[in-house]
Amino acid sequence: MSWISNVAPKIRSFLKRDTPENLWVKCPESGQLVFHKDVEANLWVIPGSEHHLRMGAVARLKSVFDDGRYEDIAIPDVPADPLKFRDEKKYADRIRDARAKTGMPDTVKLGFGKLEGTDVTVGVQDFDFMGGSLGMAAGEAVVRGLETAVERKTPFVMFTASGGARMQEGMFSLMQMPRTTIAVRRLRAARLPYIVVLTNPTTGGVTASYAMLGDVHIAEPGALICFAGPRVIEQTIREKLPPGFQRAEYLKDHGMVDMVVHRHEMRATLGRLCRLLTNAPAKAA
Amino acid sequence: MRSYLDFEKPVAELEAKADELRTVAEETDSPAIRDEIAKLEQRAQQVLGELYRSLTPWQKTLVARHPLRPHFKDYLDALIEEFTPLAGDRKFAEDQAVVAGFGRFRGRAVCVLGQEKGNDTDSRLRHNFGMAMPEGYRKAVRLMELADRFGLPVLSFVDTAGAYPGIGAEERGQAEAIARSTEACLALGTPNVSLVIGEGGSGGAVALASTNSVLMMEHAIYTVASPEASASILWRDSGRAQDAATNMKITAQDLLRFGIVDGIVSEPVGGAHRAPEAAIRTAGDAVADALASFEGLSAEDLRERRAAKFLAIGRKI
Repeated sequence: MSWISNVAPKIRSFLKRDTPENLWVKCPESGQLVFHKDVEANLWVIPGSEHHLRMGAVARLKSVFDDGRYEDIAIPDVPADPLKFRDEKKYADRIRDARAKTGMPDTVKLGFGKLEGTDVTVGVQDFDFMGGSLGMAAGEAVVRGLETAVERKTPFVMFTASGGARMQEGMFSLMQMPRTTIAVRRLRAARLPYIVVLTNPTTGGVTASYAMLGDVHIAEPGALICFAGPRVIEQTIREKLPPGFQRAEYLKDHGMVDMVVHRHEMRATLGRLCRLLTNAPAKAA
Repeated sequence: MRSYLDFEKPVAELEAKADELRTVAEETDSPAIRDEIAKLEQRAQQVLGELYRSLTPWQKTLVARHPLRPHFKDYLDALIEEFTPLAGDRKFAEDQAVVAGFGRFRGRAVCVLGQEKGNDTDSRLRHNFGMAMPEGYRKAVRLMELADRFGLPVLSFVDTAGAYPGIGAEERGQAEAIARSTEACLALGTPNVSLVIGEGGSGGAVALASTNSVLMMEHAIYTVASPEASASILWRDSGRAQDAATNMKITAQDLLRFGIVDGIVSEPVGGAHRAPEAAIRTAGDAVADALASFEGLSAEDLRERRAAKFLAIGRKI
């Protein structure tokens, strides 16, 4: 073993600790570097370019509820690794790593609390947990979120983010489409509002089920929202796609979302919609 | 002209030998040759039976996609009388990837939905290879709503690689169309039965198969994504489709064991394409049995049972 192989990892870890990556965030659109703390304080929106970065589930819940306070609703346990699946890695290991990385049991987190004074139940899908992929745990969590809203007679707000199906669970993953749809129907039967906030990216089976069944669809600026991803389409039609294709603004132009809302306006927009749809009194000035 | 899949080579060889002998027999007929032909044919049937009893998931994928496998139109012609197709989603277009209409199944009026892949260049193009646009799903929703209002059961026949991934389909809300079609299945106040006859491809299939009873032909497959697409996602190599097919549990037998489908329709020895009429007849019986099991249930019962069935999937494995 040469000396360099001994020293190189140490240099790398040393560099990593002090690398600007941890302190600075680069805007994917403008390339400008912004101080990490400033972006965090700005709800993960790059000041100036207004590019919306992805946001973790806890930060999202805090950003929505009054004073950032909410009751954590536990997501149900589901059978682990039903197919005993292995691709390049064991699925069981992937799950373990994702849990260690995010501190979450799976991709969906649920909270209950007050939003501008109104009780709401909120679900958030975190893209950092295996690409927000829809498996049994996520599906069961969305079902639980909708059921909680019915039990507590509150609106349900769902922030979606997903690369699509959790392939490692095979058909159990696909079955989350009808399963979540059943829960959406129960919320509707209870005449409670269902508001979907589509964040970057929302794709595949998530878009083709509970993300497109809201009473109101809000999208974050620039979010990719689609059924088939741009790469799949390019491979099928062997053509480059038009600029802006499948982005939030494009979906609004094509009648699939009601509004594109800046993250800074999200809380106020959700609060107002919940009050209007439940015929609650206007917010005190 | 017979056609064989690669793994059917032993059968092909036996049948080729029998054919050879038949040519000989035409010139010099002898009881010994006739005897030999009969033996070869018997042996070929035996080998075929053994092969098909233990098909691998990938072999089933090939069988499910076999060009001579009966398609929706074949089921329609054999099982539905007075079929009256209706066209269009009343919003944008008519999509022939989903054929839909009303007809009579064993005497009773029903709504029929089916994905048709086509069987020659013309019909394949007309049906877009069975890959529906949003309009196909919206037409299905429209017909399911009619069926609900007129108290008619809905039969759906699933055979698609998936919903079409294209610019127009995305522009017009493919995801929303699929979601609404799944919802229409679940909202139906009359019984619905679906049968996966070949490929049940992803959201494009579930949109028509969120039904009271979900049946699969013995050698059909039902997947969250096609083996090729799954392989390119999992291994970044669509060439590993066989591995994906094997690991992802896509066969009727696995899915019945998991409680994801409700029944399997046996196919004739060697697959539905070797004896389409018999295969379709058995399928018709299974669909009739499934429908009969929901006889007399109220709309609310039917919805509740359907919901309870899907919610139970995966809760106990």
